Amino acid sequence: MTIRKIAELLDAEVLCGEEGVDREVKSACGSDMMSDVLAFVKDQAVLLTGLLNPQVIRTAVMMDMQCVVFVRAKVPGEDVLALARSCHLTVLASKERMYTACGKLYEQGLKGGELIGD
Amino acid sequence: MEIKPLVLHYEVSGDNFTGAGEASVAMKRELRQMGFDANVIRRAAIAMYEGEINMVIHAEGGVADVNVLPDRIEIVLTDEGPGIADVEQAMQAGFSTAPDNIRALGFGAGMGLPNMKRYSDEMKIETEIGRGTTVRMTVLADSPKNSF
Ligand SMILES: Nc1ncnc2c1ncn2[C@@H]1O[C@H](COP(=O)(O)OP(=O)(O)O)[C@@H](O)[C@H]1O
Ligand SMILES: [Mg+2]
Repeated sequence: MTIRKIAELLDAEVLCGEEGVDREVKSACGSDMMSDVLAFVKDQAVLLTGLLNPQVIRTAVMMDMQCVVFVRAKVPGEDVLALARSCHLTVLASKERMYTACGKLYEQGLKGGELIGD
Repeated sequence: MEIKPLVLHYEVSGDNFTGAGEASVAMKRELRQMGFDANVIRRAAIAMYEGEINMVIHAEGGVADVNVLPDRIEIVLTDEGPGIADVEQAMQAGFSTAPDNIRALGFGAGMGLPNMKRYSDEMKIETEIGRGTTVRMTVLADSPKNSF
């Protein structure tokens, strides 16, 4: 699935990293616990979260992810977007809540992917 | 690509949480330019990130020294925080003394030290109550953990 398709499915706005929207991604994860993302996630390219701090972006960078989706109509500050831009991440904002956003993507074939250690 | 040795030094401020992780992002950028395997870079970056966050939330900041060699990345995190009373307990997955405001920021799940151990090939903790903590981690370029 492309990031563009994700934006479409979630009726999301592209906040930055427009140039990356045609990239193909194979799996995603949704979490508000960054340590869990760092512990269990392998090769997931998309992070859906309800948190808005810079550590969300840095966590995605650490995991070599390509896209962050802020759910529940949350829009991060300009500092967070500037950080995302400097790291070449695409950032989306969707009005959907976490459960619904994840469900919509899963339904269309974007799976959770492998967990580390499995 | 030949990897030239490199020494990196970062001051990690404990003043606010906003900057927590900056040093790890900067280190990751350096490692990427040097031509390490992506798995090696990711392991080193995550291990350092968790350690950096720990210095910010538990020790009011510290310093990170990174020694990059062709076959390994050595990371030393030094702080003058409160120290760790029981290292074995601190190493257990889920053990955390982090306050709720930290949990609301996405950390404090008690997975930091276990993650650091898991992603590094070697990890040593020296700590003294009231004096501070030094965490030494080595990430090898050639490691079975690269297939994580
Ligand atoms: N640099 C440090 N200085 C003092 N205490 C620390 C430090 N790093 C870790 N700790 C202690 O070890 C516990 C476990 O750390 P960790 O596994 O990273 O979990 P978390 O940071 O989520 O609490 C912390 O809650 C804290 O009590
Ligand atoms: Mg921690």
